[in-house]
Amino acid sequence: MAKWSGHLEKVDDYRWRIPRNYKPGMRVPGLIYADENMLQQIREEQALEQVANVAFLPGIVGYSLAMPDIHWGYGFAIGGVAAMRLKDGVVSPGGVGFDINCGVRILRTNLTEAEVKPRIKELVNALFTSVPSGVGSKGKIRLRAGEIDEVLVKGSRWAVEKGYGRPADLETTEEKGEMPGTDPSKVSPRAKERGVPQLGTLGSGNHFLEVAVVDQIFEPDTARVMGINQVGQVMLLIHCGSRGLGYQVADDYIKEMVDAMRQYDIDLPDRQLACSPVESRQGQAYLAAMRCAANYAWANRQCITHWVREAFCRILGRREEEAGLELIYDVVHNIAKIEEYEVEGHREMLCVHRKGATRAFPAGHPSLPQKYAKIGQPVLIPGDMGRVSYVLVGTERAMQETFGSTCHGAGRVQSRTAARRHLRGSDVLKELEVRGITVRAESLPGLAEEASEAYKDVTAVVNITHHAGISRIVARTRPIGVIKG
Amino acid sequence: MRRYRLIEHTADIGLVAYGQNLAGAFANAAYGLFSIIAELRAVREVESRTIELREKDREGLLFEWLNHLIYLFDVETIIFKRFDIKVFDGQRLEAICYGEKYDPSRHHLKLGVKSATYYLLKVDAEKNQVRVIFDV
Repeated sequence: MAKWSGHLEKVDDYRWRIPRNYKPGMRVPGLIYADENMLQQIREEQALEQVANVAFLPGIVGYSLAMPDIHWGYGFAIGGVAAMRLKDGVVSPGGVGFDINCGVRILRTNLTEAEVKPRIKELVNALFTSVPSGVGSKGKIRLRAGEIDEVLVKGSRWAVEKGYGRPADLETTEEKGEMPGTDPSKVSPRAKERGVPQLGTLGSGNHFLEVAVVDQIFEPDTARVMGINQVGQVMLLIHCGSRGLGYQVADDYIKEMVDAMRQYDIDLPDRQLACSPVESRQGQAYLAAMRCAANYAWANRQCITHWVREAFCRILGRREEEAGLELIYDVVHNIAKIEEYEVEGHREMLCVHRKGATRAFPAGHPSLPQKYAKIGQPVLIPGDMGRVSYVLVGTERAMQETFGSTCHGAGRVQSRTAARRHLRGSDVLKELEVRGITVRAESLPGLAEEASEAYKDVTAVVNITHHAGISRIVARTRPIGVIKG
Repeated sequence: MRRYRLIEHTADIGLVAYGQNLAGAFANAAYGLFSIIAELRAVREVESRTIELREKDREGLLFEWLNHLIYLFDVETIIFKRFDIKVFDGQRLEAICYGEKYDPSRHHLKLGVKSATYYLLKVDAEKNQVRVIFDV
């Protein structure tokens, strides 16, 4: 794919603007969070063209935003944020993506690397066996007829009521794992048919479970509030989404909105951006269905959390109270949410699309659990499987500039096909073992696709968000065990 | 004649499929899709499913055709490898698709495909080519 050669205006060392006149039809400029080095990588592909295309969407406010992990997607770039006014703005299923509420959560433990490392192979094997993963994987949860609707309405709470996890988990999940405003009748029978057998599965692609170790703490006081107390402390990460149910919801509504665009006389440079007015019948139906899919994803991560805790305690010979295993936080990467922001001097409700971006609310925000009222929302940024991951917190500046959003991960730089050509899964596996990382993967070629070489350096990504002030780095972890779907 | 070629895409994967006519290109796009999902050599033609679709235009038809196959794979785990398109007029498609239920002892799955997307999607009736990017 060709390089992007459009003109960018430098705002400061970490901000670059795509002027509104770059393309006739842009309603707002684009704003990219990046440094010079990152920008060179970003310009290698067409992500910035996609940022400009998103600026065409009716009702968009401020900027079409790009986080430093931005990379070429379909429709929206991955790492994009766009907020639309409710009164004349649109909602776009492509601005959320197919994997609705793909997200990540992190559990803390009371154990150290010295205690876990000697059993890491058994632990990784136990996690691999306990959590179904891979292409076409089916779960072990059996739902009663119609019970899927309860999952779609209650999300994490459904899982906790069934005995998967702890009531306290709900407090430390974005939206408490249960987005209101659902309507299961807006989710097609086909989506439910895909969702029923897949509940409690990791999936494939970039989804993973990780056993990690804290290797640096940047803000000890903030970290302590989250229960991150010392270097060497073991953490567990879970990254997955809404599986086939979410993909089908996206398919169904993209199709419907492609047709509806004619009705609403909306013309866009890319059909994948298909949208409808937020307040329209189609817009409201999509949001209700999307929230159902988001709740399904939370129930999914909640069930997986339960099996992860069981496996961890069994292999390490600890009771749950001893092991800790509290959920620090769970964040969403792909979502559209109605949130309130200051726009041109007054408060306004906006429909904020985050496509490969993380909410990053500051201290004092009413949506945060009491526990984090003084430090801000924990933001979890997983790196690739061979490198580090970060815990950050949200900031006031994110509220002012990015609709309370920041980056979501490392961001790919190499295509899957290129990674397969250049790397062999078995070599990647060996190299990780040499570096002390135990890996179990459903597919070896799949492992090659997820190798470090295929990703940006997550440290460079989070440093940009930190220096730009849209989130602050609190702690860093490195992997010692990885399960890939 | 080459059936399809893969397109480099950073996060995802795409393909251009060729045919003697558009129906052939649609069939080869489906073959390309299942070549991304699984190793097709060991897959036998023992199951078949009939698909009947109606859409407003060719682009919508391609999007729905591929996503319908992804849906069938998701719920029935049938790996399809041959696509006999009986009716094709740009708005209507009827096909019988042949393949085999996934058997972990003999089949190798490679990559999960979430969906076909509309991004860069193209149906070229003059060259009998189609292009599609998948979210994986």
